[in-house]
Amino acid sequence: MTQRPSALYALPALAFFTLFAVLPMVLVFGLSFTAWDGLGAPRVTGADNWARLYADDQAHAALGRTLLIMVLSWLVQTPLALLTGVWAAGRQRGRAVLSALFFLPLLLSTAAIALLWQALLDPNFGLTAGVLAPLGDPQLALYTVVLVITWQYVPFHTLLYQGAARAVPPALYEAAVLDGAGRLARFRHITLPQLRHTVISSSVLMLVGSLTTFDTVLILTGGGPGTATRILPLHMYITGFTGFELGYASTIGVLLMVLGAALSLIVLRATGFRAMSSQQEGV
Amino acid sequence: MRITPNRIGGAFAGLWLLVVLLPLYYMLAASLRGRADYLGGHPLAPPANPTLANYLTVLEGGFGRYLLNNVVVTGATVLIVLLLAVPAAYAATRSTSPWVRRGFSLLLAGLAIPAQATIIPVYLLITRLHLYDSLTGVILPTAAFALPVATLVLTTSLRDVPRELYEAQAIDGAGPLRTLFDLVLPLAKPAIVTVAIYTALSAWNGFLFPLVLTQSAENRVLTLGLWNFQGQFGVNVPGLLAAVTLSVLPIFVVYLIGRRFLLAGLTAGFGK
Repeated sequence: MTQRPSALYALPALAFFTLFAVLPMVLVFGLSFTAWDGLGAPRVTGADNWARLYADDQAHAALGRTLLIMVLSWLVQTPLALLTGVWAAGRQRGRAVLSALFFLPLLLSTAAIALLWQALLDPNFGLTAGVLAPLGDPQLALYTVVLVITWQYVPFHTLLYQGAARAVPPALYEAAVLDGAGRLARFRHITLPQLRHTVISSSVLMLVGSLTTFDTVLILTGGGPGTATRILPLHMYITGFTGFELGYASTIGVLLMVLGAALSLIVLRATGFRAMSSQQEGV
Repeated sequence: MRITPNRIGGAFAGLWLLVVLLPLYYMLAASLRGRADYLGGHPLAPPANPTLANYLTVLEGGFGRYLLNNVVVTGATVLIVLLLAVPAAYAATRSTSPWVRRGFSLLLAGLAIPAQATIIPVYLLITRLHLYDSLTGVILPTAAFALPVATLVLTTSLRDVPRELYEAQAIDGAGPLRTLFDLVLPLAKPAIVTVAIYTALSAWNGFLFPLVLTQSAENRVLTLGLWNFQGQFGVNVPGLLAAVTLSVLPIFVVYLIGRRFLLAGLTAGFGK
């Protein structure tokens, strides 16, 4: 049929995406087998970078910190967002105003949030001055990062849960009330099962998001004190653009890329491929 | 139906609200303080003598330039994404070509890849194209990594368009191009607004691409400008927080005007 658009309609988008996104994804593999200082031409060094990564305690520690941030922020953010989201979907007075206030952190850029929290936690003039210096304490710094990430992203996930909770058919609750089910029972047997798809999407976004946390930490702590908050993406950035070892940094980039892709796939496969495919039908 | 008010939930929500608002209050209060007031007073006390002096200092410190750069980067990114994604989504819903399907799968694979993992080859590419330290160099990769979500959201919305409407267009003798303008564009309007806002937000708040791909002050965007202020202002925290507050202002205005659209844009592609 001539009325149908030809493949040419998709060509510009695909060509553009291939040049600026797919090509870099392929190149990062190539660069991971080279030594490159960013100025001259990359020099092929075989699997040297990979052997180095295997033995690099710094990188292993950075990976560990990244995984810790992932798990912690998932554990903290999920219940918070779920509970506030379900509550905000209810019908109590003042809900609209409160929901609007909940969302305010979404308006700030990551850079703005990191700078704000840095001022707030300033060891001399901040809120905890004289008591705690959470960003200067190697024991506390990573947890403080999780706190800031939580403050930034819980509003977004609340939004997801609020929307999903609104879509739960009221008839389910009415029937449960008639059966004498209390609030907790209704939450456990109706709300939670109905929200399972949202839990999955939200979790994927949280996990991939914390895997790639970067600007928060760079501004908040620069990876310090010492290397207490040097997470994997930051380790890649510092290795590449401060240490001018872009070949080795590419190796870390490949690791990040594979982790991100694997994470999305595992979570989707394991828990609800159908949940996501409802959003991506026909893919 | 007897449903008692959710007191526990309410108390919990109230507590979280405090956590959300306290830093914002601190930001606003501190930005209105004089140096002496900030160094002497309690961090949470209201400003003794509110002053706009910090804001003036920020505005004289290059803030306008950063803001303008941000507007250019954001505007151009949205324009490129819409120009490319709308026809692509139209083809993805209507074309029978296997190439389109393969291309679409490629695009969606991009959703699972964190953009920052590819920052080094992007840097290589942009320097080789002689676009290093230019706004164009920031715009191109930003737009490319925004394409998958944009196309996905537009395609999902176009799939809901009844087949009959396309057939009616065909009977009227309209070619694909006219169908795009007369049918697809008007029907996809809400999705286009959503995509535009989502893309605009991520371009507006972008950090890594500008950080790695620009260098000079004249090409500095807002997020980098803020970070730079931190070094420049030293211990002048009220000045820094005035800059942070100013950086939020444009999005806050958008939020007040189009809260519904903004929220739709934020959750684009994950609304179910």
